[in-house]
Amino acid sequence: MTGWILRAEGLTKGFTLHLQGGTRIPVLRDAALTVEPGECVALSGPSGAGKSTLMRLLQGNYGADAGSILLRRPDGGVSDLATAPPREVNALRRDTIGHVSQFLRVIPRVPALEVVAAPLIARGMAREEALDRARALLRRLNLPDRLHGLPPATFSGGEQQRVNLARGFIAPFPLMLLDEPTASLDAANREVVIALIGEAKARGAGLVGIFHDLDVRDRVAHRVVEVAPLREAA
Amino acid sequence: MSDDPILSARGLSLSFGAVRALDGVSLDLWPGEVLAIVGESGSGKSTLLRVMAGEARPDAGAVTYRDTLGASMEVHGMGEPALRRLARTEWGFVRQDAREGLRMGVSAGGNVGERLMATGARHYGSIREEAARWLERVEISPSRIDDRPGTFSGGMRQRLQIARTLVTRPRLVFMDEPTGGLDVSVQARLLDLIRGLVSDLGIAVALVTHDIAAARLLAHRLVVMREGRIVEEGLTDRVLDDPRHPYTQLLVSSVLAA
Repeated sequence: MTGWILRAEGLTKGFTLHLQGGTRIPVLRDAALTVEPGECVALSGPSGAGKSTLMRLLQGNYGADAGSILLRRPDGGVSDLATAPPREVNALRRDTIGHVSQFLRVIPRVPALEVVAAPLIARGMAREEALDRARALLRRLNLPDRLHGLPPATFSGGEQQRVNLARGFIAPFPLMLLDEPTASLDAANREVVIALIGEAKARGAGLVGIFHDLDVRDRVAHRVVEVAPLREAA
Repeated sequence: MSDDPILSARGLSLSFGAVRALDGVSLDLWPGEVLAIVGESGSGKSTLLRVMAGEARPDAGAVTYRDTLGASMEVHGMGEPALRRLARTEWGFVRQDAREGLRMGVSAGGNVGERLMATGARHYGSIREEAARWLERVEISPSRIDDRPGTFSGGMRQRLQIARTLVTRPRLVFMDEPTGGLDVSVQARLLDLIRGLVSDLGIAVALVTHDIAAARLLAHRLVVMREGRIVEEGLTDRVLDDPRHPYTQLLVSSVLAA
């Protein structure tokens, strides 16, 4: 099967800083990326080249100035994330795009278990079943049971990262975006993440990742795509 | 995705003397969606909410509501009795000052039960039971059911107002600065409560707030208002993380990160 999951073309993104006299910062010009089912693509390039900007475009967090981001949904249809209205982006995030960031946006008073189960509940799974699955995945990531019922605000960086990972991997998203998924993890948990990535590939998900850990990158990625910095004057 | 908006505003304008509080505002709200309307004081956001809820009449423009059966009705053309009926059945309004949304001379249980009776509930025992359930749901001890709201703290009063509003399971709720004037810790509790109830009940919410963090937590979509106009709108996190308009950039950069 050669049907792509993600096909981005002509992506252009810059920022206009109105508070700094309208300074224009171009970041991406005419970027392209295609990801096939079961494939893991690593983004590489120097700091500031636009890897994170590209990831945010693929998640819908940034809006593209030009170009298209075609996504194949689980129902077989295709959406263009670059032009989709907000309600469609929210639906794509529920059903199509899974995301593991480095930073957990903590919601006051919501326990780790609920944070992880939320994507399943949003897809309509019964609450108890979703919580059971969340518990199992947190255990697999070696987060002690005594932390499951606590809001992650007070957790260490590594503990928060594992909550993030569990939330990202809990549902079978066709596309997974991984921004430094093994940052601040110990060796044992790094292996768990590598196994989770392997399982996602095996079920046919397409993955795009930024991996600063080159050992992890070489073990999970099929290919590396270079994101090159734009020259200011160009 | 093809369903119709529950509420649509088109070309709303309203002036108070020389001040244009609303200047050609159009927006849509879909069933189950939380839309935050942000902007500084005087931007017209509270006026917009009152016009959408039929509490103020625009100089120009129209607001259309689609009811449970899919019938469209003009909010400013349906007449007072129909509007009042909607306000106590399919709609709710949570006000910044709980004293305006509650009946201060009536007990907590009475405040919740009264809304139920307005939609036809008659059996005293089951009304009281339902009121007690809702008090618990908004984290007020049912032992306070016979106390008047005057004896409650600000946060408790606001939670009681939310119970009173949501007990009849409205489809559309207008909220005007629901966390305004509360302590930060009380705000967090209230926000989490609103977040949970709104998603459990699948209510459409038009939320006016100047609190960007509250908007990020609760809203699917965001509208930024300035001087009576919408200057930017879109997906909440995109507007906040990738703001385009100079005013939105100023607004976002003015927020203290906790």
